[in-house]
Amino acid sequence: MPDTVPVTVTVNGSTHERDVEPRTLLVHFLREELDLTGAHVGCESTLCGACTVHLNGRAVKSCTVLAVQADGQEVTTIEGLAASADELHPLQAGFWEKHGLQCGYCTPGMIMAAKQLLDDNPNPSEAEIREAIDGNICRCTGYQQIVDAVQHAADTAGAA
Amino acid sequence: MTTFRPNSVGRPIKRREDPRLIRGLATYTDDVKLPGMTWAAFVRSDFAAGAVRSLDTTAAAAHPGVVGVYTYADMDGQVGATPIGVEIPGMPDHPLLANGRVLYVGHPVAVVIAESPYAARDAAAMVEVDIEPREAVVDVEAALAPGAPRVYEELESNVCLQIPAPNPEADKLFEQADQTLSIRLLNQRVAPFPMEGRAICAHWEEGPGKLTLWTSNQAPHSVKQQIAMCLGIPEIRIRAIAPEVGGGFGAKIPTYAEDALLCWVSRDLKRPVKWSETRTENLLGMTHGRGHVEKIDVAFQNDGRVLALKGQTIADIGAFRSFFGPFIALSTHTMSCGCYDIKAVAWETSSVFTNTMATEAYRGAGRPEAAYIIERVMDEVAAVTGLDPVAVRRRNFISKDAFPHTTPAGATYDTGDYEKSLDRLVELAGYDEARAAQSSAREEGRLVGIGLATFTEVCGLGPSTGATPQQRMGTWESATVRVEPTGNVTVYTGVSPHGQGQETVFAQMVSDAFGVGLDDVVVVHGDTDQVQHGVGTFGSRGIAVGGAALDMALVKVHAKATRIAAHHLDAPVDQIDYGDGEFTVTGTDRKLTFRQVAEMAHLWNVNVPGEEPGLEAVARFEPSATTYPFGAHLCQVEIDPESGQIEIQRYVAVDDFGEVLNPMLADGQRLGGLVQGIGQAMWEEVQYDEGGQLLSGTLMDYAVPRAKHFPRMELDNTVTPTPINPLGAKGIGELGTIGATPCIVNAIVDALRPLGITNIDMPAKPERVWQAIQAAGAAQ
Repeated sequence: MPDTVPVTVTVNGSTHERDVEPRTLLVHFLREELDLTGAHVGCESTLCGACTVHLNGRAVKSCTVLAVQADGQEVTTIEGLAASADELHPLQAGFWEKHGLQCGYCTPGMIMAAKQLLDDNPNPSEAEIREAIDGNICRCTGYQQIVDAVQHAADTAGAA
Repeated sequence: MTTFRPNSVGRPIKRREDPRLIRGLATYTDDVKLPGMTWAAFVRSDFAAGAVRSLDTTAAAAHPGVVGVYTYADMDGQVGATPIGVEIPGMPDHPLLANGRVLYVGHPVAVVIAESPYAARDAAAMVEVDIEPREAVVDVEAALAPGAPRVYEELESNVCLQIPAPNPEADKLFEQADQTLSIRLLNQRVAPFPMEGRAICAHWEEGPGKLTLWTSNQAPHSVKQQIAMCLGIPEIRIRAIAPEVGGGFGAKIPTYAEDALLCWVSRDLKRPVKWSETRTENLLGMTHGRGHVEKIDVAFQNDGRVLALKGQTIADIGAFRSFFGPFIALSTHTMSCGCYDIKAVAWETSSVFTNTMATEAYRGAGRPEAAYIIERVMDEVAAVTGLDPVAVRRRNFISKDAFPHTTPAGATYDTGDYEKSLDRLVELAGYDEARAAQSSAREEGRLVGIGLATFTEVCGLGPSTGATPQQRMGTWESATVRVEPTGNVTVYTGVSPHGQGQETVFAQMVSDAFGVGLDDVVVVHGDTDQVQHGVGTFGSRGIAVGGAALDMALVKVHAKATRIAAHHLDAPVDQIDYGDGEFTVTGTDRKLTFRQVAEMAHLWNVNVPGEEPGLEAVARFEPSATTYPFGAHLCQVEIDPESGQIEIQRYVAVDDFGEVLNPMLADGQRLGGLVQGIGQAMWEEVQYDEGGQLLSGTLMDYAVPRAKHFPRMELDNTVTPTPINPLGAKGIGELGTIGATPCIVNAIVDALRPLGITNIDMPAKPERVWQAIQAAGAAQ
């Protein structure tokens, strides 16, 4: 088998040590090694955003980050977004409330991209939301209800 | 509306599906994990046409982690051909892997199985394939030319299917008409591009002798049947599961060669095998949509009245027959009249092989092409006669009193009121004001255009008896309603939703029927071991056919519950009133709740004469005919003459899809369809070069619409129910793609018409628009 290197990655608050091939993509590390299958592979080329997670608090496309690049770093995935297992993050609640998803395949990445927006800009305009999710493709919704979902999350988070 | 008094139905209920999806806890096929899993990687042809001279798998087989490398020779004689939905006598079969010849770029020639996905891909790159290329035929019109290279050398031409439909009446009307015009329209090949590509996990278990196949598919019962037929495994030993499916849009109707192949491999290796295609594989090897050339002649009067059409559809079906591929184009002819009272239609449909990936149903499947033709025609008639496009449409509408209406193209429309949706559109969009503003803009030299589309389409295909005898799929649907002793309800539906929301809408229907909460209902779908035989989700049939089957099953269960309640209440059945989950003896306070009846039905400590214990029913709805939703769309664009860039300023859609069971989900279907349709009109195009190399094989080259391309869409709807099913619902999934392409292109052409431009082919990319503007300038 190919040579492996040890990596230690903190994911959703838990630290994991694994030996991986140096070429292992972060998305495959999360999906195959840690059984966190919320991040999806949609294009393997940074262009669709289905694999978006946060690395040290910033949104990244995990299909073009190597697991070794996450060594010693902190990753947040859709599974770790809510404060607890029986709560929803305002973005998750917004997507549910406003029908911001259909097949759901783009949704975890879309939510993680939207989280970056709201972290940076808690009160975005519609145009700012559309610009912020420009790196994330949804083939089902036509985006309008996603815009509404993000707006809803901004409104409720702001009110909280 | 539904048989039961609507309480939940009709309301914008949040989806039952969503909690697992928004938390990343759903199980798509690639998420399935099994002990002993192996991974597949395909070796695909780099040539569009050629003979396989040699295939050397030695190095790949020796690669660490590889457990198997297979070519067609390994399975020859043990497997059937790639499954098809309708037989055409005399046409060649398509082997599961290339058998001596390759027919398109991406054609699978070998498959490598390994202990990890990375090892499988490494080894696939080591398979040496030596192909003797030969001349490919890529352009569909060139494929029809005498002497063209043939995709199948054993055939006399590249024509797979040709259906002429001449009409002497049309000839006569063309002679009598005030005017005629001709237009050639392209409906370019596009990629369905579901966010989840094809994904398969095949698991043969030697102990029970059972094959379980997880596959990202819209019709798992068909998959089970087709795998059984292809591999000779008894159907009762196959379980097909469509778990969470990340979009389909028609391209996941077929049972693919890869499905059957990996099932065979799993049985050979006695290990589970998983494969998820890459995006490039998806663009190469998932069926494409559209790919039509249309040549249309129109006979019309000076007052804008369209008398007759003569059309020729040349459909590029690619290198082999996909499931329904050769037949998709026939509905372009069937729907050619749109919502207009046209007197005669003559048509010829040709489905033609080329050395490209096969085409198949794609969101609309022949109907968007028809709407594109007739709606472009209406605008051209308006331009030639000098009439307003709204006036021309009104002049030609089928009257609302004329339904059911059979068109000369052979479609029988159930119900319609086209004036009503157009009236609402004109009002909502402020049409007259928009035209006035356009005039002012034109005086300033700005290129502002307003486009219209008033269209009808066809949903919920049926009856099954209307299909050709060679078709291997019925058009009915099934539902089982199983009431548990506590009054919980499980629905087993034969449709296979993948985003449409039937887990929610069907729960709403159950809630209304029995007075139970939405949390008391589970809707099971997409698993052939759990669900009775069914058909699947495509052609906007989920509610119109699948929902109708559920309504029938609910009626049966409700009737039995009423009889059981009557016996226990010691009253005749006709004196039992039902409301809000309670069975009450008329005029008394003697009552039983639905939950009590459910328990009595299962305990059976009191025998109810003439009844069996339990509370469950299965029903199958066979539609007597198809339904015809319709709509009126308007969009306004402005074009930058310096760059050809098009800005969509407004898009207003007034659709009529009959009764609405969940308006929020309905909006989602419409918005998603609109964006896909606009994507085709403006950006999307599968491109091959003249040698058959795919030029649009990544997201760098294939332009899928993104959020910032669009303004906020404005939606409204009118309600014209259908009598075809008990719900009165017509179908909604494909309205957007059907209305949007002509609406957008009509707006673009309207903007450019002052320059003398009368057509822009899709996709109306800025480059193409800019070139048209330059050419028009040079001509003047």
